[in-house]
Amino acid sequence: MPRHWRPPARFGTRSTHALAAWRTSAHCGGTACRASIGIDTMTESGPAIYVENLRKEYRGKLAVQNLSLQVEHGEVFGFLGPNGAGKTTTIKMLNGLVRPTSGRLSVLGRPLGDAEARRRIGFLPEQFRFHEWLRASEFLDFHGSLYGLSSSERRARIPDVLELVGLAGRADSRLRTFSKGMLQRIGIAQAVIADPKLVFLDEPTSALDPLGRRDVRDIIRTLQSRGVTVFLNSHLLGEVEAVCDRVAIITEGRVAAIGPTTELLNGEHVVEVRARNVSETLLTEIRRRYTVLETNTPSFGNIRDSDGGIRTMDRAGVTDYQLVLSVADSAVPGLVELLVRDGAAIHALVPRQRSLEDLFVDIVQVGGDR
Amino acid sequence: MSAVLIFARFTLREAIRKKMVLGVLLLSALFVGMYAYGFSSLRSNFTERVATGDVPPIEFPVFASVMVQLGFYTVNFLSGVMAIFASVGSVAGEVDAGTFHAIVPKPVRRWHIVVGKWLGYALMLSVYVALMCASVLVVSRYIGGYVPPNLVLSSALVVLVSLLLLSLTILGSTVFSSLTNGIVVFMLYGVALMGGVVEQIGRFLQNDTLTNIGVITSLVIPSDAVWRLASSLLQRTGDLSVQVIQTPFTASAQPSPPMVIYAVCYALGAVAFSTWLFSRRDL
Repeated sequence: MPRHWRPPARFGTRSTHALAAWRTSAHCGGTACRASIGIDTMTESGPAIYVENLRKEYRGKLAVQNLSLQVEHGEVFGFLGPNGAGKTTTIKMLNGLVRPTSGRLSVLGRPLGDAEARRRIGFLPEQFRFHEWLRASEFLDFHGSLYGLSSSERRARIPDVLELVGLAGRADSRLRTFSKGMLQRIGIAQAVIADPKLVFLDEPTSALDPLGRRDVRDIIRTLQSRGVTVFLNSHLLGEVEAVCDRVAIITEGRVAAIGPTTELLNGEHVVEVRARNVSETLLTEIRRRYTVLETNTPSFGNIRDSDGGIRTMDRAGVTDYQLVLSVADSAVPGLVELLVRDGAAIHALVPRQRSLEDLFVDIVQVGGDR
Repeated sequence: MSAVLIFARFTLREAIRKKMVLGVLLLSALFVGMYAYGFSSLRSNFTERVATGDVPPIEFPVFASVMVQLGFYTVNFLSGVMAIFASVGSVAGEVDAGTFHAIVPKPVRRWHIVVGKWLGYALMLSVYVALMCASVLVVSRYIGGYVPPNLVLSSALVVLVSLLLLSLTILGSTVFSSLTNGIVVFMLYGVALMGGVVEQIGRFLQNDTLTNIGVITSLVIPSDAVWRLASSLLQRTGDLSVQVIQTPFTASAQPSPPMVIYAVCYALGAVAFSTWLFSRRDL
């Protein structure tokens, strides 16, 4: 059983001071109170997204349970999980489409539904269905006006965002004539038309070809360079790995792992060891100290260990081993020392880079086994 | 521009863009043409035909009054149908299509959306009813030489009927799917028509049970009661008691004026309730 992912222990350790400031403001719910605090000071004082013990039940069916996370300003945050894990429900709650059953939420330091905060938030829904009788420019004009942009602001912004999403020249086309990929692009355009501070992208590349995906990656990087916080829900793990600063993996409506992408991927090294003259005592010792993921021998082929044990390999005369171990970065020298001291001949010690997919699969399988 | 007005304008634009307005105007022009033709054939040689004895010896304005009432009734019915079918999917349709997902998260309140849509359709219906009533009156004045009393008030009441049905349909749209909503509201509309007829028969035969059934129907959906008030206002003094020419669509007894206040409260209540329901709904 893979056990080499980190438990979700990171939440709550960051910016405790900022959190305290947000809590104070969150209790201040009256209209007069809200009016007295400017959006900019509020925005700076709390995280971009704060979610605590979020829960949603649909007629007795639990969609999200005790979900807690926070996203800092300027981060590109990856939100992952298998189908039905509660990702879209969570995003809908953060955007005021679905009412939470319980829990606390704030976006841009403001309570949910606050109009000032919403003015600075862009959202591309998973179902990018729009009024297809509109022309592209009319569609953006309508959504711009919903953000409260003046007509001159809209006139200035529309060509910019059309250019950004690669639809310049299609301003007068009706959305009815657009392909799915183009609709997804125009959806991104409406999400960024008001120069938001926070953008939610729910599966932004589901209808795009590889070139389109690369474009979206570039758009996310552009947003990132402008200090915009991006909350990205995507099934394309390579994409998430490429652009996200931090990642949360959720299963069954709760956070299973959360942390900086690099840290999640490299938190524990996976090391492949090929050695000869491995004695039985040495194997037992390795098993005691480290998590053994695989033990292979040339004579028996690949055998994946189910519980980290190596009993199946306990055959007389077999000393030629290939082991795949999960060890902490700091423990690698100790492993080498152990092997050398016991007289094993080390042929190779190769660090293996884990992909987000490996991590995802491990976590989701654990979730599924529960 | 306030968010309500943005949605009202958007609704109107959608109605124009989807050629709903064009379709309605074409059919309405057809109706007005046929109405004018019918009115002029009634008018031509009227005195001579009465003189032959084949036609009951009634003065022309009585016929003209009935013609105006039937004209108004047609406007009332058409605008009612239009109110129901234009707005039947106003909320449910967008929920099903998922178009609200990009709209509701914007810095607008959910009631802005509902009230804005209501306002857009209400403007469309009011202009439509005003134009149609004016057409009927112009035909009556210039072809029939007859001007009914209370023409502005009656037209306003026909507007009220369509707004009432609009409000009810929007309320239904926050609860039911478009199809179910269309069926439910149209059935209620039909029940109101029958309730009105039953009440009139009840009053004519002095049957309390029938009258009460009609009154209860009017409370459930006051559209027909308001129409009958409009119809009775269009009649000249004395016509109500005489009622030489009876039709199931025109009033033989005047409903009480407080019914108008009830109908206004009913419409406002339906809109308020639908905003409340929509603001609590998961999308």
